[in-house]
Amino acid sequence: MKSFSYHQPKDIREASNLLGDNWQDALLNAGGTDLLGLIKHDIEKPDHLVNLKAVKDLDKVRYQEGKGLSIGALVKLNDLAAMDIVQNKYTVLAEALQETASPQLRNMGTIGGNLCQRPRCWYFRGDFDCLRKGGELCFAADGENKYHCISGGGPCFIVHPSDPAVALLALDASVTIAGKDREYTVPLHDFFVLPEDDVMRENILQPHEIVTRIHVPDLPSNTRSGYIKFKERDVWDFAVVSVAAVLRMGSERIEGGTMAFGGVAPKPWMEKTINDALNRMEVTDTNLDSLAQIAFTDALPLAQNGYKIPLVRNLIKRVIRTLNA
Amino acid sequence: MAKNKKNSRSMSRRDFMKGFGSGVVGGSIMLQTLHAAPPPTTGTFKDESNRVELTLKVNGKLVQTKITPHTTLIELIRDKLALTGTKVVCNHGECGACTVLLDGRAVYSCHMLALDAHGKEVITVEGLMQGEELHPLQEAFIEKDGMQCGFCTPGQIMAAQGLLNEHPHPNREQILKGMSGNICRCSAYPKIADSVVAAAKK
Repeated sequence: MKSFSYHQPKDIREASNLLGDNWQDALLNAGGTDLLGLIKHDIEKPDHLVNLKAVKDLDKVRYQEGKGLSIGALVKLNDLAAMDIVQNKYTVLAEALQETASPQLRNMGTIGGNLCQRPRCWYFRGDFDCLRKGGELCFAADGENKYHCISGGGPCFIVHPSDPAVALLALDASVTIAGKDREYTVPLHDFFVLPEDDVMRENILQPHEIVTRIHVPDLPSNTRSGYIKFKERDVWDFAVVSVAAVLRMGSERIEGGTMAFGGVAPKPWMEKTINDALNRMEVTDTNLDSLAQIAFTDALPLAQNGYKIPLVRNLIKRVIRTLNA
Repeated sequence: MAKNKKNSRSMSRRDFMKGFGSGVVGGSIMLQTLHAAPPPTTGTFKDESNRVELTLKVNGKLVQTKITPHTTLIELIRDKLALTGTKVVCNHGECGACTVLLDGRAVYSCHMLALDAHGKEVITVEGLMQGEELHPLQEAFIEKDGMQCGFCTPGQIMAAQGLLNEHPHPNREQILKGMSGNICRCSAYPKIADSVVAAAKK
């Protein structure tokens, strides 16, 4: 592995200054699970590593009734998944966390790092000078693209690899970002970017900026939520397609809700038509079929991934049936 | 001459590496009281050759050393401390052969920086035994034949210990999920699961 010098700032401002203004000079180390892979594969070649773990308060979770959940960026995935409040109230997040990677990686990886992880596209991770690495070509466009995106693609066709990000998007979460001279909070919806906006990054972070906290609003008591992840192995795999649903259930019909999708787009994905249709929807076979039919009608599958459309439509029906049971 | 030749042959690669390793250990590692040491830090921003101080506990022993920042935990464990029970297979945090416990929880030692273990306690497979006595998990893997070639076994056993720390009496589903970060190329999975069940009863 490439050598680098190591820095242990005591506060976020110092960390931000150490990161500087250029991507390749210095990188942030939280759990390190994605970072070490990137360095070992020569995708990232930092001269300096900035360890975030001496910065106080980033490993704390707070819940306040009415205000919701505030999660420090350095909270380990397994610690978050094990919390009663997450399991009972934010079930969709607990399920997405439990579906992430392997027990060891969940003991190491942090929620902030998980949101900021780089894509798993085999051309990006492999020895290809692809668009996302500053090259001229997306090799997936005409290559092996079974696992690539069906929506939001072009000129690069990655899918975003995070499970918790999909759950957090359905939960209407936001992230706080600290930089050299300011701190601000943005909805998760505006945090991720598409290749058409920036083909080399997956989010809005500048080199000197750091995700410090994630906020999840409180939920009405009639909320039911869940996450279904379709993968090729039973465990320890990235999503082929995943669906997160957060529904407010009335006595006879869904009052309203949001759904978000993983494995389909370069960022955690939402479709307004689906969320609109959930409004006062009665859960019947006919209505579920209608909902599935309006989902992903704008999708543009590549040569090998058209199967994702019926798959995501069936998962939409399945997750609603599960939550309505 | 013949005798010497025989002796040199009987010295396994492992013994050689251990001997070599412990020479390094003697030279660079001090045992000290583990205190709430401040986290390590390099000197100046641009000094790349600077080695960093590291203090941690490995199998109950206190270790203080200096390492280059890009040293992984398994490189420290195997190359510096000569604890070669922990195996490297994929070296990418995917197969689980390198699993050790960090403050009681299973982690991939090939895929974390040794500096991230600063001030923490590491247990490797060598740390499970009490003197010459096998740990209940080791006994269970032998009794239930929880292996074929055995190369993944140290990692399987440490993952199992991490699981039992979290769930002392795991059900079948907890075992399958809890052990899912460890790959066995011989596919001894049913007997590995049986071994964990047996160990939980001990």
